Amino acid sequence: MNKKHLFAGLAVLLVIVLFGVGVFVGRANNRDVAAGQVINIYTSRHYGVEPVFQEFTKQTGIEVRFTTGSDAALRLRLQAEGKHTPADMYIAVDAGNLWLAGQDGLLAEVQSTILQNNIPANLRDTNNRWFGLTRRVRTIMYHPDRVSPEQLSTIEALTDPKWKGRLIMRPSTHSYTQSLVSSLIAAHGNAGAEAIVRGFVANETILIDSDTRILEALAAGQGDVAITNHYYLGRLLEGNPNFPIKVFWANQGERGAHVNISGAGITAHARNRANAIKLLEWLSGPNGQELFAGSNHEFPANPKVAAHPIIAAFGEFKTDPLNIGEYGRLQKDAVELLNRAGYR
Amino acid sequence: MVVSPNTNQSKRPSRLLPLVLYVTIALVVLPVVVVASSLLTPSTVVWRHLAQTILPMLLGNTALLLLGVSAGTLVIGTGLAWLITAFDFPGRRQFRWMLVLPMAIPAYVMGFIYMALFDFAGPFHTFVRFTWGQDAYFPQIRSGWGAILVMTLTLYPYVYLLAKAGFEEQAGSNFEAAKALGSSKLRAFFTIALPLARPSIAAGVALAAMESLADFATVRYFNFPTVADGILRVWHGMMDLGAASELAGLLALFSLFLLLIEHRNRGRMKYYQSRGKLPGIPVVKLGGWTAVLATLCCALTLFAAFGLPLLQLLVWAVREFAILTPAVMATYWRLAVNSLTLASLAGGLVVLLALIVASLSRLSGRRTLQNLSRLVTIGYAIPGAVIAVGILLPLAFLDHSLNIMTSELWGFAPGLLFTGSLVGLMYAYIVRFMAIAYSSVDASMEKITPNTVLAARALGANARRVLFDVQLPLIMPGVLAGAVLVFVDVMKELPITVMMRPMGYDTLAVWVWQMAAESLWTSTALPALIIVLVGLVPIKILLDASSAGDKKHIG
Ligand SMILES: [Fe+2]
Repeated sequence: MNKKHLFAGLAVLLVIVLFGVGVFVGRANNRDVAAGQVINIYTSRHYGVEPVFQEFTKQTGIEVRFTTGSDAALRLRLQAEGKHTPADMYIAVDAGNLWLAGQDGLLAEVQSTILQNNIPANLRDTNNRWFGLTRRVRTIMYHPDRVSPEQLSTIEALTDPKWKGRLIMRPSTHSYTQSLVSSLIAAHGNAGAEAIVRGFVANETILIDSDTRILEALAAGQGDVAITNHYYLGRLLEGNPNFPIKVFWANQGERGAHVNISGAGITAHARNRANAIKLLEWLSGPNGQELFAGSNHEFPANPKVAAHPIIAAFGEFKTDPLNIGEYGRLQKDAVELLNRAGYR
Repeated sequence: MVVSPNTNQSKRPSRLLPLVLYVTIALVVLPVVVVASSLLTPSTVVWRHLAQTILPMLLGNTALLLLGVSAGTLVIGTGLAWLITAFDFPGRRQFRWMLVLPMAIPAYVMGFIYMALFDFAGPFHTFVRFTWGQDAYFPQIRSGWGAILVMTLTLYPYVYLLAKAGFEEQAGSNFEAAKALGSSKLRAFFTIALPLARPSIAAGVALAAMESLADFATVRYFNFPTVADGILRVWHGMMDLGAASELAGLLALFSLFLLLIEHRNRGRMKYYQSRGKLPGIPVVKLGGWTAVLATLCCALTLFAAFGLPLLQLLVWAVREFAILTPAVMATYWRLAVNSLTLASLAGGLVVLLALIVASLSRLSGRRTLQNLSRLVTIGYAIPGAVIAVGILLPLAFLDHSLNIMTSELWGFAPGLLFTGSLVGLMYAYIVRFMAIAYSSVDASMEKITPNTVLAARALGANARRVLFDVQLPLIMPGVLAGAVLVFVDVMKELPITVMMRPMGYDTLAVWVWQMAAESLWTSTALPALIIVLVGLVPIKILLDASSAGDKKHIG
């Protein structure tokens, strides 16, 4: 064997050894996947998940492990991993992504009377593949020094030229904007919704890619009205009770405010299916709801559980009865509409 | 006559060597090919939609970002490198290494820090409004120039490092001759020093340009959609992975084009130079206001690119400390261990492969192989999320085939050996960061002239002694630099890690991303600080090693 062969052979050997180390380290991390007392979760919700799961582990002895990621990437991963996926549960922060996961056959049906009783029908899949766990309302926010609530009515009315340069919204890349536009399509049809979105563009709407930053900009005076999820205001009020921004429940005279969910489903190839169903049922019950929804100032999906006092103070309101699975079905249309209208 | 140092070593030409080389190159290029192959079946409907809507904007913004970041890093990186090499002024010795520090700050962290500082509700704009009234002018940071500024500030160290090396290895005699002939120092810079350092500078600017092409997180903060952002818009928004891959394939072709330009440029400038023990470019001591100006240039850059962001992180960290629990502390510790494991493994692996590719292609003595091997750098300009897709799909296929095979043969399925472990992740890091290690290793090999090897052989050294006594010491700095750069980049890496890590294998960068996505800035501070500080250590080691090398040269 000459030296060149030796060199190449050594290099190949080294690569193989490093490969082995990689497999070992990665799989050692996964060692108790098969052990039984565990649930593995893919989640795009990454706020306040840890305390909730810790409490569940304390009560049941079942360990919860999770991998965060963006919705589309997690779905692709589930698909690629197929029947060998380590994930037992998929958690998403909007109905559109859950609908898509159900559509792609990534989620399994769950027949559970506990879930049927705890979660209202319009907040879950018609085939019981996914269940809403919290409700988040995307609605109008305003600065009371510069806007009076009498000037406000609907999302659509914000296209009025009097709001030119005064409105702040989120860019088209975020699923929150896309679901909002889906609900506009459901209410007004494609052409009607496009006219509304073009109205936002014509009003030189300021686009900021963070609901928190939008509310801070509103407080500082960069704009006078904005559209954000309600819980971001709850979070800011928790830190500073004098935060000046007020919530306005939109579209109350008609279909109701745009509501979305954060929810979960059991994966089609879950290895710890029984445990995962147990977690899902626990999350829909009083204890889980309080922790899961309350810690993020969201409304519990379970109507028997009371909302966090900060958001309960926002007052009663009516929500759009549209089945939220529609956001998933209409998402592609919504994105194309946003592109056509020149909404960045 | 083409002289290959090894021709008389073996009786017959080795077949194994080219094979190893081909396999390595093929593996690195494979994910890019997987992605680009979608171009064969174009999604005409989507393309028509894109062309009528956002594509012109994406292309325009990308061109602007590319030009802005290239020009910015070129001017700042080269300017500072020249200042440090050719002049003496207060603080020069400290600035010499400190100017590299901004490299440790991830661009997306810099992005949200600059946003927090200079946005409408940020302290600077608030101060201006408070002092000069609500309508006082303040530049809009959420814009193209904001993105260019932030990316220039994090990427200029690449150009600075390479330009500095380019200047420092020049013999001073050419420069002195030009000055003796009546050229001003400035003219001598433009006619002698700059052209001689051009290959290094071009390599640095190319790295910065490719990095800006691949970025998707920073441009999103600044609401400045580029083609990389468009890929995610098509994939996540329009749910069309095929069309997204086509867009990514075009991006890959474009970066291939950039690589070719850079390579041609370098090829024409080919020269073997090593000043050896000759004195370098003479250092002029500055005095009076020019010295103040020089110090100010360095200090301001350093403040904007490192001091200010670090200060903001510290402010957030202090707030975080007040509410820090042992459980969170333990989480951070676990994240840090994971980050360090990944970064060290990847640093070693990538530089090893770069060494194999660079040395084998040179040993082969074949021009085509050397050109072919440059293909391994293509992954650097492709967004990490796209590389992850290009790896996930073939590896998952491999995993499933393997499982089917073992269950048929032995009735057991090992599970996801590739996609469920660190292997897929490492593979993706290799594809993404090979360019950095390869250019570093390759550049150091360029210094070994055929003459060096022939001289050593003529003096009776055998091949092993040539390797260990002559070649390795010469390329060691390049190998070390490559490993360090990859280490730092993996510490900062986001999209690949997010998509391909094994269950629960979170890193510091992933945590920072999660918290930033929820605007929980104070919770980003400590992990971000750890990323920066851990990144500083190898950078310092690298700089010490390189300056020790310089001293050896001079002494
Ligand atoms: Fe949110």
